[in-house]
Amino acid sequence: MAHRVFVVRELGVLLALGLLVLVTAVRNPRFLSAQSVKDLLLGSTILAILAVGQAIVIITRNVDLSVGSVLGLSAFAAGTMFVAHPGAPVVLAFGLGIGLGAACGVVNGGLIAAARVPALVITLGTLYVFRGIDYTWATGRQVNAADMPPGFLRLGTATVLGVPVLALFAVAVVAAAGFVLRSYRSGRELYAIGSDPPAARLAGIAVGRRVFAAFVASGALAGFAGVLYAARFGTLDANAGLGSELNVVAAAVVGGVAIFGGSGSVYGAALGAVLLSTIGSALPVLGINPFWQRAAVGALILAAIGLDRALAARLARTLRGGTARGG
Amino acid sequence: MQPLLTLTGLSKSFGAVAALRDVHLDLHPGEAHALVGENGAGKSTLVKVLAGVVARDAGTFTLDGLAVSFAGPADARAAGIAVIYQEPTLFPDLSVAENIFISRQPLRGLRRIDPAAMRSRAAELFGRLGVHLDPDRPARGLSIADQQLVEIAKALSFQARVLVMDEPTAALSGVEVERLFAVVRSLRDAGAAVLFISHRFDEVFALCQRVTVLRDGQWVSTDPVADLSAEQLVRRMVGREVSSLYPKLPATVGEPRLQVRDLTRRGFFSGVHLTVHSGEIVALAGLVGAGRSEVVRAVFGIDRYDRGAVLVDGRPLPPGSPAAAIAAGVALVPEDRRLQGLVMELSVERNATLPRRWSLSRLGLLLGAAERRSARTWADRLNVKAARLADPVSTLSGGNQQKVVLAKWLSTEPRVLIVDEPTRGIDIATKAEVHRLLSSLAAEGVAVLMVSSELPEVLGMADRVLVMHEGRLVDEIARDRADEESVMLAASGHREAGG
Repeated sequence: MAHRVFVVRELGVLLALGLLVLVTAVRNPRFLSAQSVKDLLLGSTILAILAVGQAIVIITRNVDLSVGSVLGLSAFAAGTMFVAHPGAPVVLAFGLGIGLGAACGVVNGGLIAAARVPALVITLGTLYVFRGIDYTWATGRQVNAADMPPGFLRLGTATVLGVPVLALFAVAVVAAAGFVLRSYRSGRELYAIGSDPPAARLAGIAVGRRVFAAFVASGALAGFAGVLYAARFGTLDANAGLGSELNVVAAAVVGGVAIFGGSGSVYGAALGAVLLSTIGSALPVLGINPFWQRAAVGALILAAIGLDRALAARLARTLRGGTARGG
Repeated sequence: MQPLLTLTGLSKSFGAVAALRDVHLDLHPGEAHALVGENGAGKSTLVKVLAGVVARDAGTFTLDGLAVSFAGPADARAAGIAVIYQEPTLFPDLSVAENIFISRQPLRGLRRIDPAAMRSRAAELFGRLGVHLDPDRPARGLSIADQQLVEIAKALSFQARVLVMDEPTAALSGVEVERLFAVVRSLRDAGAAVLFISHRFDEVFALCQRVTVLRDGQWVSTDPVADLSAEQLVRRMVGREVSSLYPKLPATVGEPRLQVRDLTRRGFFSGVHLTVHSGEIVALAGLVGAGRSEVVRAVFGIDRYDRGAVLVDGRPLPPGSPAAAIAAGVALVPEDRRLQGLVMELSVERNATLPRRWSLSRLGLLLGAAERRSARTWADRLNVKAARLADPVSTLSGGNQQKVVLAKWLSTEPRVLIVDEPTRGIDIATKAEVHRLLSSLAAEGVAVLMVSSELPEVLGMADRVLVMHEGRLVDEIARDRADEESVMLAASGHREAGG
């Protein structure tokens, strides 16, 4: 039963996505051209990876608002590394970005564990701190595509059988995170923590350690996304990813990750990211003023929350009615 | 026979409050052992020590003759101690099977969880318990009885040798209790030790071999149940003199002030019918979970109710509106002052004047001077000990916090005052002050409805005692007839219907 609802919720997002694409394609068939689909996928990649990290954190009844700043920091770090060492291997850039992101996650998780203050406040603080470090470090400099090795930049445009490599990265991240959350004890414990934190403590779950790990994972994924950002856009200043944190939370919520934790999946969050990016591309095609885009995203969030409430109410009714007991 | 578990000289304090002092307990394999005591006698703390949730301050704890020390609940579980709490602690979003096996799910290759094995093992456990629960359904929406069955299945799943049950039957119907007992007996007969906490003596006598009595955090006695009667048990649980702590002033009982008619909230309480007159102190007694707080919350309009009516001075109060209740002259001093009564970060004076911020304001602006003056008046009258009234309430002691809550509501000059556990967790001297205050308010003509779990307080203060049991008013006892035994017997369901 739990799994059925679980699937219903993600099918809903998929359905909305299908409908949006269909309506847009009817209006303008070129929306479904190979190039356009490729752009859509490329456009969703970074948001989807961030949304996966965010979903992991939100499932534990926390939130990570610093992801945009972590992305910016790691993107700039990758770019700067290539400026300093033009011949450095591409793998090193990923190692650096992911490591830096994970370090930011350690800071977030450590502060939350030490200060016992809600993650909302801590990560709101580190959002500014990480961005500030980024600005101080960049001091107005810019890293240009010319500074980066061609092999690295090719990652941003290369395709395998027509599918962008970046999108494949995102798919791999979603699949791996989904697998861990679904099939490992530690993953299930994250759901348990978000579902009822005091009960999780009574059950002997190391709540602090798991939440810490969730923040490190979110940081590492934001760092990874930062390197992909550098590869995709080539030109970097300290503003990369500025203001993206709310988009990320929105993607997770639209994708069915309950903001109070305990339910939802990274698949849903990633689908939510694709849906939000697709709206961004579809509205101009539909001839809707781009100013409406934000309103559309907002309406979608409200619709998603409404859907969640309706599903929860229906589930509650079914469960009450069908309480099977015997003697 | 060597005991399976022994506790000796166990002590535990929370701050200045000693929850347990020099308690001992031993459990034998194949024994069901009852633990009884009044609310606040230390039973739950003892359970938490066994569960590894709180660490003991002093004393020894052995299992199979070996000293043990638990760093956390996981250690207790690994040692074979399963605890079923009063409030089941399930994860609503996880499936029933996952709730049973959380952190211990059966694994297959690559250390992945094996859902099929988990499901079939859960189904097998339910088979042993003789119940039909779908292992795949989420725990959300399960009845309390079913939630407890899931907890028991969990205990079975790790072959617990010691099963601790903290009032497992409080929310169960007769059939459900019978089924639970059948399960407990079979566990007991298989060699497990069961520690059974209950306020229902018939259950204690039906299920257990021995009974330990705690009072005020101290061990009183351990005897075979066959050697004791229910009356003897009650006397040991209460066992203290009602002191002259309670300065009840004679008051003239006047007009009915608060009338509650057939008040019902499904699942919490039903058919509650009561009247409090001006000048009268009426106590609402009963066990924790009997529905007393729920009734007063509904009367005050915090919770909705399904049926019935509340009248103040003969005029009906609209349901679900604390604002209307305040306007009609009702005040509620809630049970949990930390959660419901005070804004801990605000200053003493701000807290004390919170419900009256409109009457103290001029042109919509809250004037600091008026606020301070009013706060000063009430702080003086209640002897609030605060360095400065501008200090945050969180810096005060528990007793003084309680006085601020009282000041806050008394300053509205209520005609009906509802107090829920007015002296919980405060020292004797402050208790006496609170009691003197309640008494003088009643003498001034206020109708006082007092929810209290402390029997001496109930007996010392109340003109009439209403006793609730499982959501119903079961007895009404006049002051001259009320004593510990009559109230305790009614509260534990031994006397149905009342005059």
